[in-house]
Amino acid sequence: MGRESMEYDVVIVGGGPSGLSAAIKLKQLDPNLNVCLLEKASEIGAHILSGNVFETRALDELLPNWKELNSPIKTKVSKEKFLFLGKTKSLSWPTWLLPKVQQNHNNYIISLANLCRWLAEQAEALGVEIFPGFPASEILYNEDGSVKGVATQDMGIDKEGNQKDSFEPGIELLGKVTVFAEGCRGHLGKQLIKKFNLSKDKDPQQYGIGFKEIWEIQDTNHDEGMVMHTAGWPLDNNTYGGSFMYHAENKQVFLGYVIGLDYKNPHLSPYDEFQRFKTHPSIKKIIEGGKRISYGARALIEGGLQSLPQMFMPGALIVGCDAGTLNMPKIKGSHTAMKSGMIAAETIIENIKENKNLSVYEEKFKKSWVYEELHSARNVKPSFSWGLILGIIFTGIDQILFKGKLPFTLKHKHADHETLKPANQMPKIEYPKYDNVITFDKTSSVYLTGTNHAENQPVHLKLKDPNLPINYTLEKFDEPAQRYCPAGVYEVQKENDINKFVINSQNCIHCKTCDIKDPSQNITWVTPEGSGGPKYGNM
Amino acid sequence: MKILVAVKRVIDYNVQIRVKEDGTGIVTENVKMSTNPPDDNAIEEAVKIKESGKATEVIAVTIGEEKAQETVRKALAVGADRGIHVKAEGVIEPIAVSKILQKIVDKEKPDLVFMGKQAIDDDCNQTGQMLSALLDWPQATFASKIEVKDGKLEVVREIDEGLETIEINMPAIVTCDLRLNEPRYASLPNIMKAKKKPIEQMNASDLGVDVAPKIQQIKVEEPPKRKAGIKVSSVAELVQKLKNEAKVI
Repeated sequence: MGRESMEYDVVIVGGGPSGLSAAIKLKQLDPNLNVCLLEKASEIGAHILSGNVFETRALDELLPNWKELNSPIKTKVSKEKFLFLGKTKSLSWPTWLLPKVQQNHNNYIISLANLCRWLAEQAEALGVEIFPGFPASEILYNEDGSVKGVATQDMGIDKEGNQKDSFEPGIELLGKVTVFAEGCRGHLGKQLIKKFNLSKDKDPQQYGIGFKEIWEIQDTNHDEGMVMHTAGWPLDNNTYGGSFMYHAENKQVFLGYVIGLDYKNPHLSPYDEFQRFKTHPSIKKIIEGGKRISYGARALIEGGLQSLPQMFMPGALIVGCDAGTLNMPKIKGSHTAMKSGMIAAETIIENIKENKNLSVYEEKFKKSWVYEELHSARNVKPSFSWGLILGIIFTGIDQILFKGKLPFTLKHKHADHETLKPANQMPKIEYPKYDNVITFDKTSSVYLTGTNHAENQPVHLKLKDPNLPINYTLEKFDEPAQRYCPAGVYEVQKENDINKFVINSQNCIHCKTCDIKDPSQNITWVTPEGSGGPKYGNM
Repeated sequence: MKILVAVKRVIDYNVQIRVKEDGTGIVTENVKMSTNPPDDNAIEEAVKIKESGKATEVIAVTIGEEKAQETVRKALAVGADRGIHVKAEGVIEPIAVSKILQKIVDKEKPDLVFMGKQAIDDDCNQTGQMLSALLDWPQATFASKIEVKDGKLEVVREIDEGLETIEINMPAIVTCDLRLNEPRYASLPNIMKAKKKPIEQMNASDLGVDVAPKIQQIKVEEPPKRKAGIKVSSVAELVQKLKNEAKVI
């Protein structure tokens, strides 16, 4: 069936910090360009989840007058703490002994979702056409193999794949250049990396899963501008992860936990580690008497420079964490994502106007401060594969003494789906019961995300082999999807003594963890019908 | 034949409503807003009637702050021809909405006014009925089927006992139920076209309507939390608990 098509100079896929920055920069450089931006969420910001302590460097370059534009960047970091947690004790690490990249005194505590909403307003004022609720579901190619654009998802398809009365075919959006900015593990970005072999000679990408809750806490416990990070308990020495707690405006704290998806024990439940973490005396005393108002989770990139794929290909660029520009030791990716989008815009202008090859992206990127940052950060994450203690010692030497300039680069050896050990060789973990005050079950958490997918649509979590979860993954790894999914999408149910793998896809909060961690890479996340997924507020 | 459709911007039905800590209302900052769901059915029905050749124009009207315009824009994207946005701040009660709609009806002279059966935020279910009284027009509420038959309307209503079919004269007011139809998706090209369709803006005060609330809201509270359930080991224990703890038997 023929689809309508619309032509633009530039088509941008994804309304996060990188996509929106690319859009704004493009219109600043040439107001006459036709630029459109697609977003799968029902509105810009609704699928954005991030800590977030924001470094303004990229924004200072993009919109130098952001302070006068009523931006949602208000709370300056005023205090910092870093704690090592034992089971009940905690040890405060002096901040002057932290590497410079982990010092935040010029940064701001923000909601990235709100920043994106504001960036979208700036982009629209410059004439960018933004279409929320329209996931790009398919890459379109020219005959010569270059990227031609994307097609949006068909709407109104039932479970069996038949057209409903409300059927509305997708649209082809064709661009001279297409920018992919879907965020970590973008489902089109993943296809491009494979097709154009962009990760050739690179280390396997590394990921983490990040949880975030927003709490409204008691006045006496709130300390606006305070930034606190922890390492240690409840994770063991061999599991990479840590927490953040940011005291934002309006008596809110942004409380979160990140766990490296290279964890080895299939019995580990990232969700339950986060819930358990909140019961530590030094955390509990802050949130006690408060109220949890939001919950969400999202996978993030941790691979850094060694795993960063080539970001250009014929007809397209891949930016932000769709490629993987997050700075892991800084625990920040918004400013680097924005800058990578801005460099994309400059590249595209030269491509369209001066007919320069998109490969100039690489040169520009290498000359930019993003590259410099990622280069000096490159050895931190891999050093934690030796465990927390050695990782910290090495990071101290690398970051404080050598400022990231050691003359070698450590490698990431394994992809995250390869790291699980068989279930019968690893200890089972008993997690405490939820108390419904500090800790909560998944169902009530997912309820807070506002996630929804229109009923009677095809399942958007595809199994390459539908029998594998029960025949292999359950037997060997006790089907870890039951535990790593932060939204309770995957269940193994017993029916008449026969195990059945159930996918509650309507619960999905689009974090992409299953696509990353399934040991056989059997699960593929594809775009559901437009507007589906969480409805995050100020995440 | 002209159809006027009233649409309201409300908190999206997927969003968990949060009561402000001081009990003065609910939190609306950073919350996803959408068109009131049965209003989508009202627009869909109007557009369908127009597509069948029985109507010539569909006008979408909304009342509220600047951003309420998005609701009209969405109606335009699924087939309404033009929009009206009556600017007003704060809570606009059904009586004020009805009076504003009365003024719009006087001006636009539609043959039909459609709207949702009620708004999912205040659940009032009053505006259609009040407007019917103000205009002295017939009304059909909770419509799950509408048929236009030379100057008359045949409407199937969802009532407690089942379905009731009535016939009313036009001009008339119809409030729409969710089973009336399946609202269509706004396609990308239609969203683009909708950006060029006109929306006339005016202030509620220009229409001479006083929108000041007549009802004083004293307190907003969350419903009491449900207590966790327990498992009983025997029927005897269940009976004992129902008798002594729940005191229902």
